[in-house]
Amino acid sequence: MSEREVLELLRENARYSTADIARMTGLDESEVETTIEELEAAGVVRGYQAVVDWDKLEDERVRAEVELNVTLDRETGYDDIAERLARFPQVTALRLVSGDYDFDMEVEGDSIREVSQFISEKVAPVPEITQTVTHYVMTSYKEHGIELGDGEDDERLSFSP
Amino acid sequence: MTFELSERVQTVPPSGIRRFFEIAEERDDVISLGVGEPDFSTPWAARDAAITSLEQGKTSYTANRGKRELREAIADYVADRFELGYDPEEEIIVTAGASEAVDLAFRAFVDPGDTVAIAQPSYISYEPGVIFAGGEVLPVPTKEEDDFRLTVEGLEQAGADEADMLVLCYPNNPTGAIMTAEDLEPIAEFAREHDLTVLSDEIYAELTYDGNEHTSIASFEGMRERTIVFNGFSKAHAMTGLRLGYALGPAEAINAMNKIHQYTMLSAPTTAQHAALEALDSCDNDVRDMINEYDRRRQFVLSRFREIGMDVFEAKGAFYCFPEVPDGFTAEEFAEGVLREQGVAVVPGDVFGEGGEGHLRISYATGLDDLRKALARIEAFVEDHA
Ligand SMILES: Cc1ncc(COP(=O)(O)O)c(C=O)c1O
Repeated sequence: MSEREVLELLRENARYSTADIARMTGLDESEVETTIEELEAAGVVRGYQAVVDWDKLEDERVRAEVELNVTLDRETGYDDIAERLARFPQVTALRLVSGDYDFDMEVEGDSIREVSQFISEKVAPVPEITQTVTHYVMTSYKEHGIELGDGEDDERLSFSP
Repeated sequence: MTFELSERVQTVPPSGIRRFFEIAEERDDVISLGVGEPDFSTPWAARDAAITSLEQGKTSYTANRGKRELREAIADYVADRFELGYDPEEEIIVTAGASEAVDLAFRAFVDPGDTVAIAQPSYISYEPGVIFAGGEVLPVPTKEEDDFRLTVEGLEQAGADEADMLVLCYPNNPTGAIMTAEDLEPIAEFAREHDLTVLSDEIYAELTYDGNEHTSIASFEGMRERTIVFNGFSKAHAMTGLRLGYALGPAEAINAMNKIHQYTMLSAPTTAQHAALEALDSCDNDVRDMINEYDRRRQFVLSRFREIGMDVFEAKGAFYCFPEVPDGFTAEEFAEGVLREQGVAVVPGDVFGEGGEGHLRISYATGLDDLRKALARIEAFVEDHA
């Protein structure tokens, strides 16, 4: 069970120190360390990243959600297509989904031009891909469970009974 | 002209934390561990239900005792969570916070000269409530060596066998103490034997940690007929400002409380009742997440006090812990010093009555980042004065 707890805390804030995780869970620091190592080794934890609000930065960052439709044949399955697409560094997320289209792909680039070019030159020509619909992200309100608004001020009195 | 203040009002001293407010105002970097309310906002589904009710113009009074559906939902909830059976028609009253319910009970059941025993340290409103109702307060101190649980020995020493009423609050504000079924059994026995009416403030019931389940004293044999249970939405559902609570008790008692309520309050806030109904309906997961978060902070704060070298008993409820101040300080001196020198607001334990001296109430209803900083500052303060 300690695995679950540690994972939950890392998902809440991957920068919690092992000491703080130990304090919060009642585990020893060394247990926490081992648990994290095991989670990493087993490939459960694949990495740690910052949640960025791009609107707060000067540099442009263009992101798009791309819907992909594909046709399969005897030699090519979903995994084959996915593997091929996932190799592109521009692709930041790729998921097979239920519904009207097959893949839900997230793409990032420095400009709209760069992203469109990538889709028209690298993605659309893939023989199994029959259709792409690209949605450029205009504003992001929430990323990885974190709201990007100004937040709610703490209006509580400093003392209350 | 000067106003002629009633004796009752004059008897009650000004709140012990007033002075600290002013000191806190002088700094702009204060981290407060002095807050007795959640740092979370009300679960969104409940807020959304309140907004919708406003959009639909549902802004009239409700039935005096509260919306029927809400009372039914409360009856189901307390049956499910605490094995308590109350009839929504006559045994439940919805009030403007548990605060109103507590006040109603004192006014409905206390006659001038009646003695009300209060297990202390405890929430600061009981004592004035008794005085406003004309009763006499009998403090029953609890001790750190008992993990701040109420014991029959403590009741006997204080002379509570002669009292008319007993007030208890577990999980406790300010200590974070809880009382298990085994701890409560002898107290129930004592109440039956000495024919005490029991007011049990269980507003922190959901916030019980470490694998413990909250038990209500009203669930013991022969207790239901002599007990009023208070609960509300302020703590577990993070709804303090919406002002909604309730009382559970035998019909006769709730009818008496309703008699006062119908003249002085009419009905509890309508918008808040809509929020509360939704809170009971669909917010179990939000509540669970908040409880998990409090529990982590609880463990964090307890560990840090031990690392700092301050004695602290293992608080298992509410969102408070109650460390001892180091030698050479009174609670008041420590609280003032750490506020002036380090900008950390804590409440000295004396404020909460007998048994609180030499301790600090530390609220962990504050995010982990602030807790971490505040504890580092407390550590620095302790080192500076070692
Ligand atoms: C023990 C206890 N009872 C009652 C209350 C008041 O609750 P409400 O907001 O429901 O009036 C509080 C609030 O701090 C409390 O700590």
